Amino acid sequence: MTEMTMTGAINQAIDQEMARDTRVFVAGEDVRVGGPFGTEAGLLDKYGPKRVVNTAISELALTGLGVGAAAVGLRPIIEIMIMDFVTVAMDQIVNQMAKMKYMLGGQATLPIVVTTHAGIDSSSAAQHSGSLEAWFCHVPGLKVVMPSNAYDAKGLLAASIRDDNPVIFISNKRCMQTSGDVPEGDYLVPLGVADIKRPGKDVTLVVTGRMVLEGLEAASELAREGIEVEVIDPRTLSPLDFTTILESVRKTNRAVVAHEAVEFCGVGAEIAATISDRAFDDLDAPVKRVGAPFTPVPFAPMLEDIYRPDKDAIVRTVRELLTG
Amino acid sequence: MGDLTDSDLLAMYRQMLRMREFDERAAVLMEQARIHGSVHLYCGEEAVGVGVCQALNPDDYITSTHRGHGHLLAKGGDPVRMYAELYAKSTGYNRGKGGSMHLAALDLGMIGANGIVAAGAPIALGVAYASAYQENNRVTVCFFGDGASNEGAFHEAMNMASILKAPLVFVCENNGYGEWSTTESQTSVADIADRAAAYDMPGVIVDGMDVMAVYEAAEQAVGRARDGHGPTLIECKTYRFYDHVGRDFGVLQRDEAEIAEWRARDPILLFGRQLKEKGILTDKDAEHAAAEVQKEMEEAIATAEAEPDPVPEDLYRDVYTEGASA
Repeated sequence: MTEMTMTGAINQAIDQEMARDTRVFVAGEDVRVGGPFGTEAGLLDKYGPKRVVNTAISELALTGLGVGAAAVGLRPIIEIMIMDFVTVAMDQIVNQMAKMKYMLGGQATLPIVVTTHAGIDSSSAAQHSGSLEAWFCHVPGLKVVMPSNAYDAKGLLAASIRDDNPVIFISNKRCMQTSGDVPEGDYLVPLGVADIKRPGKDVTLVVTGRMVLEGLEAASELAREGIEVEVIDPRTLSPLDFTTILESVRKTNRAVVAHEAVEFCGVGAEIAATISDRAFDDLDAPVKRVGAPFTPVPFAPMLEDIYRPDKDAIVRTVRELLTG
Repeated sequence: MGDLTDSDLLAMYRQMLRMREFDERAAVLMEQARIHGSVHLYCGEEAVGVGVCQALNPDDYITSTHRGHGHLLAKGGDPVRMYAELYAKSTGYNRGKGGSMHLAALDLGMIGANGIVAAGAPIALGVAYASAYQENNRVTVCFFGDGASNEGAFHEAMNMASILKAPLVFVCENNGYGEWSTTESQTSVADIADRAAAYDMPGVIVDGMDVMAVYEAAEQAVGRARDGHGPTLIECKTYRFYDHVGRDFGVLQRDEAEIAEWRARDPILLFGRQLKEKGILTDKDAEHAAAEVQKEMEEAIATAEAEPDPVPEDLYRDVYTEGASA
């Protein structure tokens, strides 16, 4: 085990998978200098420009490059620097890579990973702060992965690269500098399997990305009041591990879902609806959600602070749920 | 006629006849509502598909467009499986899940028609990049229309293909119309080939009704790509004999004189004349070939029509690839 940041863990996963399989390559803007977050650091020297493809600022062509290369047998990792920039590449993601296998009657296999960086951080404002994961969960044919820590990030990314389907791999910017123990060698964290980050008996808290960190802090705070929160990180948002979530709810009889994305029509809505549908008789109270308000992400730090869903919002919601 | 043998030339002639016959019949099937969805007819543009694909090796790749039946035939597509797809049969190329606009045959190097204008360009870039990566000496041709040349995807792909020196040939089928508006009303340049200059690649204009002119331009561009010198843009000036969708969608009235002028330069008539002048084809051969092709397509339709439909379970099939094979 080595302590490293989530950025370092992602870099190691890409490195190890490229070493393991010569079909794997990475393409993106500024990858030759390691990418702005450092996720491709050192790869150019090790693997050369053919496998570390520094592209133009052309998200659509860059993503299409991945689709075409995958269709004829390669395993591309396509980096879209900031999640808001996926809007430029949407046709290739939604109409091409997601649908190609189905539309071609199974002829195509598209092992592509689109890595991107999401979330609110340091007054990046409305076009560099988005958490757009729900858009991709709505598209059949894609898998959507969202790690919250270094260990999961490395194992999930390795599993994503080895998966034969297109995977949207979303790293929250504020998770990326957090550190944790990570094995040096390669390992897989399977897609579609949630992780119980903290067991508890009173409330089920389903949290994604950075909200996992906030949720764990909230759980510690609530534990001091005698409230035992079970914190579940789905890790993969599509396919979603409802089995683990529903088992937990059947035990706790209460659930809160929290994410950094806009609450309206977010992934939390799907989770809340499914809990209500499939565990209605086990619920002692309605499922509550925590998410961002229905506005673009603001620039002013004081507005950003109000906007950002955090530990306090989770604590407040759990208390309401238990007393309300 | 260059390096082509008489039998190559006759095969090209026959291929053009097959494309025409396939689509003339597809149009009727659509009007009779015997097939599903809509078809975009390649009639009038046969010289492009045949001329370009004649310059390719069997293992080279193409990406196609919504007007792509001719492209798949040129890559060796089986008309039975093509019609079966139009009939939404389970034995169609796409198992009845794609239809006309998504026809693909990866094993023939036909990466796919596409319902999104210009979407094939970035994909072709990726396919071509993969060939350079795998050092397999294959070339990719990206077929696209004049309308696609106004999409961002086209420009991004041209730029990146040039930077990466991808073994790629961009072939524009300029048929004078983008959907129901003239090319001239939606395009900043008179010649789309001029756009190549912006991406530091050769831009070539050819008579898209003359299959030999297309072949010669394609052969040069394909050779250049295969030798590692990067992409070329070829603009083929051609004409859509019919409407954007089907034969007559009813919203666009074209000048009859304009249609007649292009019909007089029908690529099949033109090539037939060239072959007859060279003594390679006789009137009798031409009649015989036409009759054989008619029979082939008639039988293909009859076979396709009788093929099995998908089963309900197919709805959920092939959304994902199960497991990880890596």
